[in-house]
Amino acid sequence: MTISGNQTAKLAANVPTDQGRFGDFGGRYVPETLTRALDELVVEYEAARNDPKFQAELTELLRSFVGRPSPLYYAERLTARCGGSQIWFKREDLNHTGAHKINNTLGQALLTIRMGKSRVIAETGAGQHGVATATACARFGLPCIVYMGEEDVRRQAPNVFSMKLLGAEVRAVSSGSRTLRDAINEAMRDWMSSVESTHYIIGSVVGPHPFPMMVRDFQSIIGTEARQQCLAQLGRLPDRVVACVGGGSNAAGMFYPFINDPGVHLTGVEAGGLGAGCGEHASPLTYGDPGVLHGSYSYVMQDNDGQTSDVHSISAGLDYPGVGPEHSYWKNAGRVEYKTCEDRDALKAFDAVAACEGILPALESSHAVSQAMKIASTGCHDEIVVVCLSGRGDKDASEIARLRDVQLGLDEASHET
Amino acid sequence: MSLIDDLFARLRTSGEKALMPFVTAGDPDIAFTGRILAELDRRGCHLAEVGIPYSDPIADGPVIQSSYTRALDRSTTLEQILAMLQTRSSSNGMPIVTMVSFSIVLRWGLERYIENAKAAGVSGAIVPDLPLEESAALAEICRREDFSLIQLVTPTTPRDRALQIAETSTGFLYYVSVTGITGERNDLPPDLIDTVGWLREQTPLPVCIGFGISRAAHVQQLAPVADGLIVGSAIVRRIATAAQNPPDAVLEDVGGYVGELLAALNER
Ligand SMILES: Cc1ncc(COP(=O)(O)O)c(C=O)c1O
Repeated sequence: MTISGNQTAKLAANVPTDQGRFGDFGGRYVPETLTRALDELVVEYEAARNDPKFQAELTELLRSFVGRPSPLYYAERLTARCGGSQIWFKREDLNHTGAHKINNTLGQALLTIRMGKSRVIAETGAGQHGVATATACARFGLPCIVYMGEEDVRRQAPNVFSMKLLGAEVRAVSSGSRTLRDAINEAMRDWMSSVESTHYIIGSVVGPHPFPMMVRDFQSIIGTEARQQCLAQLGRLPDRVVACVGGGSNAAGMFYPFINDPGVHLTGVEAGGLGAGCGEHASPLTYGDPGVLHGSYSYVMQDNDGQTSDVHSISAGLDYPGVGPEHSYWKNAGRVEYKTCEDRDALKAFDAVAACEGILPALESSHAVSQAMKIASTGCHDEIVVVCLSGRGDKDASEIARLRDVQLGLDEASHET
Repeated sequence: MSLIDDLFARLRTSGEKALMPFVTAGDPDIAFTGRILAELDRRGCHLAEVGIPYSDPIADGPVIQSSYTRALDRSTTLEQILAMLQTRSSSNGMPIVTMVSFSIVLRWGLERYIENAKAAGVSGAIVPDLPLEESAALAEICRREDFSLIQLVTPTTPRDRALQIAETSTGFLYYVSVTGITGERNDLPPDLIDTVGWLREQTPLPVCIGFGISRAAHVQQLAPVADGLIVGSAIVRRIATAAQNPPDAVLEDVGGYVGELLAALNER
């Protein structure tokens, strides 16, 4: 679908509304108990956004603590292997703590302090957001509790231990599917009781207003840098930008600064899991319908009674039945194209990046790489494809070993969980 | 006038208060829910809240959460629940309101949900994840259908907002006693009585208190300041024993328990 420059300008400028609406999507479907805290967060975030001191402090932290800007790197041998368009990586894997998640947690930790709140809670799937939250909290001396589904505690064990080393308390969640969705439920329940003293640092562009907007803004540093780097290093904008979509934060942060560039084609990649069957994937934008989950109206996997369906992905960070409302908006407006990548293709991309580039990408990011490789292989060499390499894959090494029946000497470490 | 309006008009005239038990539909199965509603009616409860099981209830503590999980594990559907309520409604018992997530209402379609619930003899809905700002469309349909949409006020609600909520609520106003999730509490907040007293001066609507209430002492303490009291987890916890115990024993246990609360309600 083609979109005129005017239309895309409207896309970026007017969302979300004061009610947190991205077109029809978003909003705030949460118990009344949380309303006041969310209203306060809107006001406080707006003030912080316009406060040069806050912005300067965050920028300095991103430079000296995170190591930003993250490089834009030419994946030369991977490009040669695909035999078409140039593949470039936006290296969020090189950030401190190894993923894009820290961009958001530092911003929200500064807000926590600004709001005078003394305790932080978070949910995590892959553990990257948990580690990034634990890190930000250690950096500012805030007590931190991280909720994590039991299934994810198992498959992302290295991150669980890291969170503990950083002083966070990790609470394993045994309800429901024991994955990210249940971790969010449990964090919300904690917040229902603790809302007066506690800030909930949500890890993606999901949840009630203003979270989807705020997390997008904090993550937009990814796309803002990538756009400048393209202009500086390549002398022009890229043709295509690709990112994986779990809740959708790395993709939102990567895409948002390109939304008004109609010549830049944007592709979000959902977890295709084992296939298109119900329960086999985690691709609400591709296979789901609009509905309400975790406080906002967006595409979601649910049954005819509105009960959330089980989903599957090899990657804990993408194993989520919902998606941020702005992605639903971009999908319906035709501004972003959403594709799926199956488990086995993500693993193939993982291997290709390891072999060709000497980088272990996160399994989440491998989904984006897989799609980029597909695109590149049919393109010509002067076409530029930028992939958000949202995180590094060290956390996934033991799970990949398990899937391949490789015995590791890691048993002691997993007992720590 | 809905059945709920009639109920509270009657109670206010006679100076009585309402006991409003909550049960999860489909725990341990639909037939048992029908029997427990009949028992609650027989014991003299004034209104029942029927919880529609939901996969991701963020306002609920472990007791109600696990009852929802049990019901959904048995593939309980909304259609089955409404069919059971319909059978019951022909016997003209106490009014029923559903406690239902907006995820479910939206999936069914707002009009379809209200029409079907009404046809099943349901008098109103409490939608705990639908705050004032998001409720206009549903409120409009409810008004048209003379179906109560019961809104919630909590300890974190600023007073001017509480007044706005009271203005849009119909049937009664639900005051959530604690900042937190459902579940039994030993002690209730010290300022609860004052806040509810203030609310009742501001609105002609009946004000009912829920969350945390489980003991006869709570009932004695709160009945004078409220129009009704809602008891959930304490009942659901008793029903949860139905997996191990004979249904009749569980019915007797729950019946006996609400009997004690009803006695405390009138003991003033
Ligand atoms: C490296 C990495 N990429 C992507 C994701 C998916 O989240 P989002 O879609 O919010 O970027 C995660 C989540 O844990 C992650 O760790």
